[in-house]
Amino acid sequence: MAGVTELPKREGGASPAGRRMSFVRRMRGQTQLILMSVPIVAYVILFSYIPIWGWMMAFQDYKPGVPFMEQKWVGPKHFRFMFSDAAFLNVLRNTVAMSLINMVLGFLTAIAFAVLLNEVRIRWFKRTIQTISYLPHFLSWIIVTGIVANALSVEGGIVNILLMKLGIIREPVMWLNEPHYFWGIVGVSHVWKEVGWNAIIYLAAMASIDPSLYEAAEIDGANRYQKMRYVTLPGIKPIVVILLIMNLGWILEAGFEVQYLLGNGVVIDWSQTIDIFVLKYGLQIGNYSLGTAAGIFKTVVSITMIFAANTIAKRLGEERLI
Amino acid sequence: MRKRMPQLEPIVFHTLNTAAMLLLAVVTLYPFLNTLAVSFNAGNDTIRGGIYLWPRVWSLQNYKAVFVSGTIYNAFWISVARTVIATLISLFLTSMLAYTVSRREYVFRKPITIIVVLTMYFNAGLIPYYFLIKDLHLLNKFLVYIIPGLISAFNMIVIRTYMQQLPDGLIESAKIDGAGDFRTFLYIVLPLCQPVLATVALFIAVGQWNSWFDTFLFASSKQHLSTLQYELMKLLSSTMVQSTSAAAMYGADPSARLNQVTPVSIRAAITIVASVPILVVYPFLQKYFVHGLQLGGMKD
Repeated sequence: MAGVTELPKREGGASPAGRRMSFVRRMRGQTQLILMSVPIVAYVILFSYIPIWGWMMAFQDYKPGVPFMEQKWVGPKHFRFMFSDAAFLNVLRNTVAMSLINMVLGFLTAIAFAVLLNEVRIRWFKRTIQTISYLPHFLSWIIVTGIVANALSVEGGIVNILLMKLGIIREPVMWLNEPHYFWGIVGVSHVWKEVGWNAIIYLAAMASIDPSLYEAAEIDGANRYQKMRYVTLPGIKPIVVILLIMNLGWILEAGFEVQYLLGNGVVIDWSQTIDIFVLKYGLQIGNYSLGTAAGIFKTVVSITMIFAANTIAKRLGEERLI
Repeated sequence: MRKRMPQLEPIVFHTLNTAAMLLLAVVTLYPFLNTLAVSFNAGNDTIRGGIYLWPRVWSLQNYKAVFVSGTIYNAFWISVARTVIATLISLFLTSMLAYTVSRREYVFRKPITIIVVLTMYFNAGLIPYYFLIKDLHLLNKFLVYIIPGLISAFNMIVIRTYMQQLPDGLIESAKIDGAGDFRTFLYIVLPLCQPVLATVALFIAVGQWNSWFDTFLFASSKQHLSTLQYELMKLLSSTMVQSTSAAAMYGADPSARLNQVTPVSIRAAITIVASVPILVVYPFLQKYFVHGLQLGGMKD
């Protein structure tokens, strides 16, 4: 997650020539290291870098079966189409909205949960709650969406039953068929699945806060809430900032699975994300070029955001990410 | 009044806090217990509603249907096979790569780290990737579950960071004893990395076990390559449109116990079958992964 930071360690070699010599000599002595790593790196390049070649499809009217170089080149046609296409702008809006909702809800709930759990004094209780809380993280979205669909079901879903017993609603609501609830449902599903997992990092940061800070605050007459506000929260601030900035890079990663699995024809205008767009236009309808263009757009945005975030992090004096 | 406040406040706070934590536990656990109850309840009775934490009409028909159905039985073993095989290979290759970049003297340490780490931040996109898989002739083959995605940058960094914290003297003394890097890696470093390896193994295995998108994209036309999660996915989408044909699809014996098995009840049973392996394994690995994640993922 956070620290991919490197502390460069200068070794020997003063003059460039002497360095080159020692480079070759060092390489010779490292045959085993090279044999152990280079094939794996080649594998990584094959699966992660080679496909970038396929980006050229976005500038063609790609038709399967025709040799690659004989495809018709059309320039930025598909990008132009994309940005004037109501369907694409719609999935773009949904993607950004859902990822922002997930991000804000995710951060707030995880921090709140960590702060409250940190106040629990009985060790076994704290442990048990934490164990239970990150259990859903390990379940697939298939299972989680199944659970969500069950809970929201009109026929005996627990949410409808509870809300009716509490007198908040009169009759069962078809939650999954209400377009305007969809973003919220996705957000809450994410919280349910990830709140405990996301809190791990904050709990770890809290555990490393110097206890004497709490003692000093106590001597100064701080109550529980003042200690949370002035000791605990500032203690986890650096990690919150790093994660927040890093998350900006995933702004177009609203996910695919939840929306694909929970969405239906009624809520389609609110549920579809860029990933679903790519799948639909690209692989299912066969407009490979448009699908590729949408994929490129996504990657370009995330790379830009990551570098911007990295710069911001540097300005703020936080640890760099890359 | 003012004097009693300081004594009262902690009690009120801890009561409310405990209640909040218990509520969270209930909200997390209830859906499982409910699904468990439904999976052991006769399907035709579940339709009447009112099953919460305990089955009303006990029945093993749902599980019978799951395991009698050749489809699910086969999918279960495909899931097991891909999880075991990919986890072993991936763990070995990832830690080997991590070992090389943990060696400070290694000349290609920096470029390799950069090449691998960059993959965390971009991908070529679904369509170019699909064509790659197709060109490699992996479509509709079991190997499509194993070969792509063996190396994850995040896992590599987690392992590398752990390895860097091992005392340098260990490796030095192995070298002095004449061990090459491969032997040092295999016999000295790997055994010492148990906690972080357990963590990463859990990550890989869970990812494999839960994966359905690769089946959907690359192997959906081959029934014998279907996985448990993918079967569950198909069932989920069919029950969400309230189709009853799904029961006929999976219910082993439609003539005999006609309504003992319904889409809802069989889905509950598959959900349990799909989540039990994870629920069984993870409490044991928990002590490792919290520790491993703190050491590896973050360095402050």
